[in-house]
Amino acid sequence: MNVDVVVTVAKIAVVLGLLLQVAPIMVWVERRGSAMMQDRPGPNRLGPFGLFQALADAVKFLFKEDVTPAAADKPLYLMAPALALLPAFTTSVVIPWGPNFTWDGKEYAFTVSNADTGVLLFLALASLGVYSLVMAGYASNNKFSLLGSIRASAQLISYELAMTVAVLAVIIPVGSFHLTDVVAYQRTNTWNCLLQPFGFLVFCIAAFAETNRLPFDLPEAESELVAGFHTEYSAMRFAAFFQAEYTSMAALSALGCTLFLGGWSLPWLNYEGMGWLGVALGLGTLLAKVGVCMFVFVWVRWTFPRFRYDQLMRLGWKFLLPVALLNLIAVSAMTLAGWL
Amino acid sequence: MELLVFLIFAFLAVAAALVVVAHKNPVYSTMALVFTLFSVAVLFILLGAPFIGVLQVLIYTGAIVVLFLFVIMLLNIGREDSQIAGHKAQLFFALLGAVSFGSLVILALSSLRPKVLAPLTPELVSLKALASTLFNEFLLPFEIIGLLLTVAVIGATVAARRPTAEESAATAAERSIETKEARP
Repeated sequence: MNVDVVVTVAKIAVVLGLLLQVAPIMVWVERRGSAMMQDRPGPNRLGPFGLFQALADAVKFLFKEDVTPAAADKPLYLMAPALALLPAFTTSVVIPWGPNFTWDGKEYAFTVSNADTGVLLFLALASLGVYSLVMAGYASNNKFSLLGSIRASAQLISYELAMTVAVLAVIIPVGSFHLTDVVAYQRTNTWNCLLQPFGFLVFCIAAFAETNRLPFDLPEAESELVAGFHTEYSAMRFAAFFQAEYTSMAALSALGCTLFLGGWSLPWLNYEGMGWLGVALGLGTLLAKVGVCMFVFVWVRWTFPRFRYDQLMRLGWKFLLPVALLNLIAVSAMTLAGWL
Repeated sequence: MELLVFLIFAFLAVAAALVVVAHKNPVYSTMALVFTLFSVAVLFILLGAPFIGVLQVLIYTGAIVVLFLFVIMLLNIGREDSQIAGHKAQLFFALLGAVSFGSLVILALSSLRPKVLAPLTPELVSLKALASTLFNEFLLPFEIIGLLLTVAVIGATVAARRPTAEESAATAAERSIETKEARP
């Protein structure tokens, strides 16, 4: 059997295994975290610190009735949750999870796909996420769902643009779409969040909007739209949307950490000479950084109120996009001058 | 293996394209368009042009078709109202489109001379090669396209802009003058 195939399958297994753990852990973090911020205990009965609550939730989701509204558009309605999971799980194929490793005398990068298009592939796959939201809202045949979908399509288009421009500004001094090269660049220089603070700011704000998290969760907006695009969903189909949201948060956090926070590397530490230990440490470092970002997602959610729709659009087009474009021009000029 | 992937996605592209044209529900047509564009992107990647494939997904599938959907849903074009066939203008523009597309195909086929091309190497299809061709050999057309897009954006902004209070007052005054002059 081909060694390359075995290595690729092993890498997929590791990444997929990690991503599947995100949703249960994050449900617990979200519930306990929000309780901590609101000075109440939160779910604390099942297991130590209420950790088994996530398991109980999963079992509950499995056994609930799966309702399909009579007036729903069946094929689209049933397809939407599955489609939500697709971009969430596929985008992280381009993330480097650790230093290169050797197997059978051959060196492999710790990314599932070392495609030439690198980060563009991430952005392209992530941009498909909006279809599941739109499909779900349209197919539910419910006014609130449809409103949520319309909001989602406008919001995601607006913020994707700013995010793409912010990502491109990182790519320019590196000169390669490979995220492994982005990490290598940050190891020789310094973290990109210090070199491009404005790009980092734009990326962070756009990341909240891209994952539909508060303060930009207008497609759901439970105080106005019941539950927005997933109002009609129940049981495992609802859980699929939940899982997609948390998984894409993790994938986007991993991208943000790789682009701006040094990826799997830490300053003044060299994991590369340590063999498998180095690989494990690199993976652990990136996971720790992703964990911090995920906690920030939760922290922001329970701290800020929701934006109004016109405020959201104004922020996207009149602030984020101009800042991202100016950042791009400045970074290009500085790269030409040889400062970056 | 490659042939199998090609067959699957070629079939998907054509089938979805047929759904785009034939389906009565515009939302389904748009969704089918997503599948068509995605399959074509896969075909691009199979042909050794991953950059174009990824850009196709990023721009067309990820942005432009989302705008189509946004407009369709915002205007709430229902399943019933989509039957606008039988319009004379529609026939005229369909003919116009067919004629221009046909002439494009003839032009493309006639300019196709059998010649021996250099074999595709990774260097030839790399991003660097594409960028240097685009910014050296085809710099002027590239810039002109950029300018064209800018003009389109400015035009759209002007068309969508609400008139300011002074402007609407001015047009109202003009109208009242016109009606006064028109009076015998």
